Amino acid sequence: MNISMELLRDFSSVGAGASRAFSYPFTRKTKQRQLSFAYLIRTSYSFKSCSATLSLTAEVEEKPKFDVDNAALLAGELRKSFNSGRTTNYEWRMSQLKSIEKMLEEKENDITEALYKDLSKPGLEAFVAEISQVKSSCKLALKELSRWMIPEKVKTSLTTYPSSAEIVSEPLGVVLVISTWNFPFLLSLDPVIGAISAGNAVVLKPSEISPATSLLLSNLVEEYLDKSAIRVVEGSVDETTALLEQKWDKILYTGSAKVGRIVMAAAAKHLTPVILELGGKCPAVVDSNINLQVAVRRIIYGKWACNNGQACIGVDYIITTKDFAPKLIDALRYELEQFFGKDPMESKDISRIVSSSHFARLAMLMDDDLVSDKIVLGGQRDANQLKIAPTILLDVPEDAQIMQEEIFGPLMPILTVEKLEDSFKIIQSKPKPLAAYLFTNDEQLKKNFVQNISSGGMLINDTIIHVATDGLPFGGVGESGMGSYHGKFSFDAFSHKKAVLYRSFDADASIRYPPYTTQKQRLLKAVINGDIVSIILALIGW
Amino acid sequence: MENFRDFERDLGEMREYYSQGKTKEASWRKSQLKGLLTLLKEKEGDILNALKQDLGKHQVETFRDEIGTLIKTLNLALESLREWMSGRKAKLPRIALLTSAEIVPEPLGLVLIISSWNFPFGLSLEPMIGALAAGNTVVLKPSELAPASASLLATALSTYLDNKAVKVIQGGPSVGEQLLQQRWDKIFFTGSARVGRIVMSAAVKHLTPITLELGGKCPAVLDYLSSSWDIKVAVKRIVYGKYGCCAGQACIAIDYILVEKKFTRTVVELMKSMIKEMFGENPKESHSIARIINKQHLLRLKNLLKDPHVDASTVYGGSVDEDNLFIEPTILVDPPLQAEIMTDEIFGPLLPIITLEKIEDSIQFINSKPKALAIYCFTKNKTLQRRMISETSSGSVTFNDTIIQVCYHMQLIPSHLEELLEVDLVGTMESSHLTHSAMRKPLQGEVSLLNFGLDFLHGTITSFNSWLLLSISIILD
Repeated sequence: MNISMELLRDFSSVGAGASRAFSYPFTRKTKQRQLSFAYLIRTSYSFKSCSATLSLTAEVEEKPKFDVDNAALLAGELRKSFNSGRTTNYEWRMSQLKSIEKMLEEKENDITEALYKDLSKPGLEAFVAEISQVKSSCKLALKELSRWMIPEKVKTSLTTYPSSAEIVSEPLGVVLVISTWNFPFLLSLDPVIGAISAGNAVVLKPSEISPATSLLLSNLVEEYLDKSAIRVVEGSVDETTALLEQKWDKILYTGSAKVGRIVMAAAAKHLTPVILELGGKCPAVVDSNINLQVAVRRIIYGKWACNNGQACIGVDYIITTKDFAPKLIDALRYELEQFFGKDPMESKDISRIVSSSHFARLAMLMDDDLVSDKIVLGGQRDANQLKIAPTILLDVPEDAQIMQEEIFGPLMPILTVEKLEDSFKIIQSKPKPLAAYLFTNDEQLKKNFVQNISSGGMLINDTIIHVATDGLPFGGVGESGMGSYHGKFSFDAFSHKKAVLYRSFDADASIRYPPYTTQKQRLLKAVINGDIVSIILALIGW
Repeated sequence: MENFRDFERDLGEMREYYSQGKTKEASWRKSQLKGLLTLLKEKEGDILNALKQDLGKHQVETFRDEIGTLIKTLNLALESLREWMSGRKAKLPRIALLTSAEIVPEPLGLVLIISSWNFPFGLSLEPMIGALAAGNTVVLKPSELAPASASLLATALSTYLDNKAVKVIQGGPSVGEQLLQQRWDKIFFTGSARVGRIVMSAAVKHLTPITLELGGKCPAVLDYLSSSWDIKVAVKRIVYGKYGCCAGQACIAIDYILVEKKFTRTVVELMKSMIKEMFGENPKESHSIARIINKQHLLRLKNLLKDPHVDASTVYGGSVDEDNLFIEPTILVDPPLQAEIMTDEIFGPLLPIITLEKIEDSIQFINSKPKALAIYCFTKNKTLQRRMISETSSGSVTFNDTIIQVCYHMQLIPSHLEELLEVDLVGTMESSHLTHSAMRKPLQGEVSLLNFGLDFLHGTITSFNSWLLLSISIILD
């Protein structure tokens, strides 16, 4: 079963109970001020679903929908705004960034609350993983923007003497950011910060699977930022499709490879460049010569303490040696208890599964005959609360579904090999992941890993925090994506690097113009070949 | 023509070869680059002939635009390879103790290069140099519209390069389509926007990153210049940047000119005399202008002139020789803006001059059209220069010259090494530079006389050549 998270609306199973993603009504202000169209207005809506076919019918109580015409109007309006030059100057960019900074200060509680509503994300995790990251991204841009905006001087060779050259970073224009549900705040605002710092107008489409954050973003952007150039469009499939029909100057999409293809195909029509931040099965190779306690803590941090495994860079599976596996499992068991207590289902420090459809998907992965008897830890689940305990499976077969797709949940398969070098083949047999992790003290192994494993990013002896490093680009390769951002790379991602060459009228080398006399020909050839004798001969007309 | 099964087998073998790791070694990459240099030296005569056959290009044009630029790029790549291959340290926040970070360039794997017919060698080998320097295996599909060049590439590359890692697959659109169905780690395409869309749509299947080098209507803005020397040089460069560059069939050739009304007559007269000076009284006989590539394009160009209003605006040239695929250098003044000649990329030796009240109007005019690959602006007015950069958007902007920004390539400092290896997904009519140097030393633009002396002392071939070139040009002029 292959459920695309972005493209299917969430559904509530019949007879469900307590806190769930869509179980509370939305209310939004109707915005009909100076705009010629209304935003999508939603009040409460419920879904009827047929579990057999997984089809659903939405009973939306609401009119104006955001369709292709609305999208065209929106794009047109933003383009006008951009063309007026409003967003390109330094002052505007700084003012927007400062407003974002202010917003983060003033609305931190609201943000944390929305993240808790959407994902049961613990407050501290929300702060560390999302809010503080956005803060630091914003701070960096504020500090460095003036430097980033300076054209890069470029060396010119004497061939073009006298001349000077530079690379000018110019905004692309009007860009679209489509974000996702697992770090809904971070993955929406981080690219938007990049787009703004590069001087673009931006439309943000947050994920409907994290509706509280989506609504909050819509309100906050309206309250704090320049409406004429920065907008949020809420919605799901229809709204996204309508947006994708328009011509954007760049699209940054975070999500699944399946929808990534849809985005790229739509972009192809307008030759729009895209950045696709996708995912993959991020492996962690664990050697035996390590500080086991630290390594295990970091692995847990990069799996269960990271949105409960629902992260594109989360550790998907572990590979270790047959001999070491028991020790590793024991250490994991011990540290998991330290982190989440004896009964992790009761722990407040772990996020829940985002939706019932994902819960069902994960349950199926666990119940698969090939793996159900391989569970060595955990396995408990609660459909009502959308909780699954940290679960470890040992030696699952390669062809089990759990090894064929990105898990995106709290299930951790451990594969064992004879010697650690064998892990390389396993990793290389799968599509290139967004991240790869290695825990070892063996320098040669580290070198081999870096040389031979291809992944978006890599981290030795830790997990996930490499993306918090501004100096490193964050992006994938192959199936895990294309393009990158973070830090200055965000600014570059949303800029066009324009090559500018200044030439003088003086010293015009006629050698390059017709009429092509034999002498010129010989001379040109001699000069390019660097052959002094020929040059002299050609000059004296030999 | 290869059939489908052969492709798949060949590609499988290439991937296998790549996975053995040979292409990642610096020595292998160097050997391939050296092989290309040898190819260019030894096969020079054949290359000149092939281009003469395919496009009627004069030897000097071929040497200057294709072989010469490739040699320079190869020398640069050989010199800089070590530096390009080494990882770059990344800055870490102070809180990160006992941590180091770096950005490591790695090859993508198996890349597809689809090149165009107007500079069949340059546009095939320039990207290939980048791909090989980065350690990839390469499949090249040259354009079937330049058959002599395509088959020469096929034989030469298999002789001089590692043919387990570099293959040439010849053929037309159907072969191109089949190739696009395969899985690549990158596709590099040079050609029209229409086919660019097809390439990008095909790349979606495997989420293949792509680089698209397309085209557009590249305008030249000619401001009033007070010095007659300057005007002469400007017009010379414009004439060369149109007719002397594959007869205008180049993505960066000047498409049309923007001039102030009061300056137009001077410009037109000067252009006429410059054309005669460069190409002789009878350009067809002088063989100094390339031919139109084929009948289809010739008829397309002929059609552009058919419109009676367009025809009426022709002030020079206009004759079309269908049998010899030759169109003489043609100048038009103010053809109607809705005519095809002003809405589509011309890609031929027809040069419309659009007159304006004041030269600043050129900015609005340029912005009314899709973004071009290059904008050329001849002016000494610093304000206009600044406005041109900040108020228009294009792949590149060159002041007071044409074409030269790619022929004599600049050594650019990319913002990150990944530009060599990763996606440079290009928007409509924009472009990224074909080759980049990753020289990270901060450098100054303007070269002073002092540098020129020092460079001479250093004696590197590039600068030595350049110094000589300059001094020779001074002598010749």
